[in-house]
Formats: sequence, structure tokens, C-alpha cells
Amino acid sequence: MEPFTRHTGIAAPLIKDDVNTDQIAPILHARGLKEDYQAMLFHRTGRREDGREDPDFVLNKPQFRSPGILVTGQNFGAGSSRESAVWSMLANGIRVIVAKSFADIYRENCLQNGLLPIVLDGDCSEAFIARVIEVDGKWPFTVDLVAQRISGPGGGDVTFEIAAADRMRLLEGLDDIGLTLRHMDEIGSWERRAQATQPWLQSTRDNR
Amino acid sequence: MQRTLFDKIWDFHRVGERADGRDLLYIDRHVLHELHAHHAFARLEKQERPVRRADLTFAVQDHTVATAPGRGDATNPSGSAFIKAMREGCRKNGIRLFDIDDPEQGISHVVAPELGIVLPGATHAVPDSHASTVGGVGALAFGCGTSELTHILATQVMALKRPKRMRVCLDGRLDAHVSAKDVALRIIAEIGVAGARGYAVEYAGAAVTAMPIEQRMTLCNLNIEMGGRSGFVAPDDSTFAWLAGRPFVPQGAQWDHALAHWRTLASDDDAAFDREVTLDCSALEPQITWGTDPSQVVGISGCVPDPATLDANRRASAQSACSYMDLAPGTPLAGLPVDRVFIGSCTNSRLPDLQTAAAVVRGRHVAEGVIAMVISGSSSVKREAEALGLDRVFREAGFFWGESGCSMCAGGNGDRGQPGERCVSTTNRNFENRQGPKVRTHLASPATAAATAIAGRIADVRQMSGAA
Repeated sequence: MEPFTRHTGIAAPLIKDDVNTDQIAPILHARGLKEDYQAMLFHRTGRREDGREDPDFVLNKPQFRSPGILVTGQNFGAGSSRESAVWSMLANGIRVIVAKSFADIYRENCLQNGLLPIVLDGDCSEAFIARVIEVDGKWPFTVDLVAQRISGPGGGDVTFEIAAADRMRLLEGLDDIGLTLRHMDEIGSWERRAQATQPWLQSTRDNR
Repeated sequence: MQRTLFDKIWDFHRVGERADGRDLLYIDRHVLHELHAHHAFARLEKQERPVRRADLTFAVQDHTVATAPGRGDATNPSGSAFIKAMREGCRKNGIRLFDIDDPEQGISHVVAPELGIVLPGATHAVPDSHASTVGGVGALAFGCGTSELTHILATQVMALKRPKRMRVCLDGRLDAHVSAKDVALRIIAEIGVAGARGYAVEYAGAAVTAMPIEQRMTLCNLNIEMGGRSGFVAPDDSTFAWLAGRPFVPQGAQWDHALAHWRTLASDDDAAFDREVTLDCSALEPQITWGTDPSQVVGISGCVPDPATLDANRRASAQSACSYMDLAPGTPLAGLPVDRVFIGSCTNSRLPDLQTAAAVVRGRHVAEGVIAMVISGSSSVKREAEALGLDRVFREAGFFWGESGCSMCAGGNGDRGQPGERCVSTTNRNFENRQGPKVRTHLASPATAAATAIAGRIADVRQMSGAA
């Protein structure tokens, strides 16, 4: 996983609550194993009924066509667990999402892929949203994970909280499986204990 | 110390704590599907990491398979690459696959419990957000993404933060024609689409105890629609009777041993929950969604709410939903003309769901101009339904009766509505564009969906003459 330390980019305001993964990364009709994640992002949400681009959708506006940061509302990433909803962000250069809150599985998928999920709550969030709308993509913002700080035009620095462990994982780009493989002895011991106490958990026999 | 059932299962399965403070939780049963698994197989191969416990791993073809009779790999052209990659990945890694032509193929959340692959008190993971369906038999399940799926294949554990505990207590008795689907929609309406985020949810109370296992699965299936990753019902005698004799369930002395343990799987009387929600189900009527998220729900006798009267934080989404759904505030739901009816999905495709729908349909005909389909949750369900003659009931009424799979729930297999169509669906998500571009989805129970197909308009099944 690509480490995350700092990222500078245009902040695009998608000010809606409950944006779901069917909107972010719709299952498209014609597809194969190697999908075009760049084209997938908000594919239907960003289009009108006739299939043409909706010029009013934020990411279709000229100033937001190459965003680095997405700014949004509550419960971002609700719905399906599809990880393409994170890959399609990265494929479009979005490395940071600033939201009021995230759906659990989506946030986990972000952490697994080096996409920084920032939660700003209450007044702080409203103020930052107002600022991003005001700036309107004219100048970029910089997100610094080391300092836990967002800086940019139109106001002072905004600090954000993130669990120390999540921060470390992103900063170091840690291989999640590698971290767990250090515990193989414990996993083996657990299996032996389960085999002794609840053996039906450790085998799957078709009794027919 | 008094512990909840969640704590008991979690503590038993906790292998240790990782350097980043996450708990490593052992996964007893892992079920894959073709839409996501190929990424994981490719990644493991690149990293030269083996699958640790292929014997605890199962796989199904469900998301992209065609439902047309006589289907093959290429019947849904956009699915064939996934289906073949799944077959190849399972062969290479020694994973038992319920392939497209397997007599027990079906939706993972239907197949795993019906074969007894998942058990009470077991942990279970599927790369699909509706994994907690199997909470209906008392398993603790987690929907996961592709990276987590790869992690489980390599290690057989998940690295998780311990969730908080919620109990949803469902009191009272359900009226005739009111089902777990209606109850679940009402709960989501009450606590919202993020109300259970960060919690593992235990469903309890008289209404739950009275539910057959299939209904409990419907209830747990919709848990993610209020943001909860895991939801379950403590196993009881109904659960044990339902599981007994299923192919992968332990037998003989091991059954006795397991059963003795399963009887301890309950929250202690004074165990503390971080949040408790209570709902009296006694006067509940059939429920239906009017909007574009599963919390936008009214009773079947209700009307589309006026966004202006809603809480400020619900107003914008309600306005946008009214516009997408082409519904004016104050419009009664019952009576709205529909173009399409879908009965199926991991939410409502088990045999009792089909029996309920068939009882409404029997001797009647689908309204002119309405496309109606019934898709069994598994090939086993389909076969059992056919043995009972349900296929004839549906076919004679004008329903399409297809092969099993996820079908129109997310449309990954090409089963979709046309732009602008209004569809009543027994699935789990009424999101914009999910069942096809610009398709307007109303979520409801199998009984309501069946009654609607016959009437050609959203219908209150309680008002159909002779509805059993």
C-alpha cells in the first residue's frame, strides 16, 4: 500500500449525506475483470437520463475535474462493501475524503488502500464546508497526516483527529497481512484450543 | 461478570491483539462470491501467499449468474469472466465451489445456512455487506471488502476494532400478512440508516422468538441498512430443530456436544448493552419504502411525507428522493401504478418467502403490462418450491420463474428495470439507479410484492379477498 504523509489537491464539495457505494461505483453492465475505475466513479450520478454528463454534478464542473480531496456529509460510503468504491476514488487522484462521518465498511476499505478518511464534526465541519464552497476550486488545500492538519486558502489551519493506529498504518503504508502474520503462533494455538473445546468449528464435513 | 452473547462469541474467537491495537478475530467460516474473489486470488498469487484454511472456505457463483433457464457461463456475457476466474481460483486453491450448475448453487447467505455450513456461535465472513443474514441462526457475521477478504484467506482471522453492543427488543405479536421484512423496515425508519453504525446488534423479544428461522434471517439481513455490520438472534430450540440433519451440521456425539454448547449462547440476564431500542410490533401494518434509502418508509396505508415537515437533517434527502421517485408529498403509496415486481434476493428468497407469495398469487394473474419475476435464493430452494408446485402457481399467474442468484437486487447479472420504471422489490436497497438507470424501487415484503403484481398497483395484501 502506498504510504500517506501529505497530499495537496483541489477540494471538491459533494455536500450530501448518505452517499452510497452504488452511487460512488455502480455495477456497470459491460465489464470485465479489469475495470475502468476512473470512468466508474459516480458514473450514473454524474449523468443525465440520455447518458450525457450532467454539468451540474460537482465533479463534472471544470474546476473540480481533477480533485485531490472530496468533502462530503454524514455516513459517506453506506451500502455495499465493494472496494471499487475506494479504488475509483484513487483512480481519479482523490487521496483524502473529509466527511461528517463514514459507514464502517467503507472507512475500513479506505484504510486498506491508503485513502485518508478524515472526520470533522459539528461546527468545524460546517465551517470547513463553507470554506471549500467559497474557495470553489481556485486554490488547493494541503492535508498533512503527520501534523494532523488541513491548511489552505480562506482561513486558518484545521486540525483533525484519527486513531493513532490508523494513522501509523497510513503513514507507513503497512501491509495489513504482514502485520497479522506476526501472530501465526497465536492463530495456531487458537486452532488447537478450538479443536479441543469446539471441534465442529475446525472442520467442515459433508455428512452425506 | 455478566456478558452479552456478542461478548461471549467475540471473546472466544479473539486470538490476540495486533500491534495496532486491533483484535484478531478467528473466522470459522468464510464464503466467497465471484464478484470480488478474483481480486483476492490474484493478489495472493502475486504475494506468493497460500490460502491458510481452504477447508473452512466455501465459494458460490451468485452475483453475476444469469437467471434464464438453461443458463451457462456466457448467458450473461458480462458475468462470464467472473464466473471462470472464480472456478479457476477455487480449483487452484482447493476451495469447495458451488458452481453455476451445482444443484446447491445459490446466494451465499442462503446457501451457507441451508447446508448447515454456518453454525450458532460461529464467526462468519463474506465479502458482501449482507453477510449478517446468517445471524438468523446465531452466528456472528461480518461483511467485508476485498482487502479484508484477502487477509482472511491468508490468515483465517480479521483485524477488527471491537464494536459496541446494541439490543433491539421486538415486543408483541405480528398480525397476519406482516413479516420480518416489515419489522426490519420499521426499525430502520425509527433509528435511521446509520443508527446501528459501530454496533453489533442482538435482536430479541417475543416477536423474534416467534419468528421462524428464515424470518430471523430476513431481519438480520437488513441490519447493514441501519449501518450495523453484524446482527444476530440468540439460537434457541427452533434454531436447533431447523439445523438438525443439514449436511454440514455435526452429527452423533459431536451434535450432542455442540448442542450443549449452543444452549449456553445467550446474553446473561443483567448483561449491559451500550444502546437499547424497543419496538412494539403488535399494531404494525405492512411497510413499504417511498424514497431512495431504506429508512424512508411508511405503512402501506400511509402517504409520501412532506419534506418540509421532517427534521432539518432529513429534509434535503427527502426532497431529492421525491424528485427521483417522481412522487409528490401527500401521495398515498397504495394505488401507485407499478411496471415491475421482483421477488427474490438474500433478503426474501427462501422457501417460506416463496410460499407466502404463492399463497397470494394462487389462482390470480399478474396485471397487464407488469413484468413480474420470482428468483429463488438457491437451486435447492427452487427445487423444493417446484416439488410443491409453486413454480406452476407463479408461471400460470404470469411470473417469470428463473434460476437462482442475486438477480435484480443489484442487477449484476443484467436483470434490470428500464429507465423510469417503478418497481416493487423484496430486496434490501432502494438506492438510485441500483436496479437499473433511473429505476424507482420500493422495498416491501413478499406478500406485498405479490399483491402488487396482481393489482398492478401498490397493494395492501390485507385487503385482497381470500388472501390466506
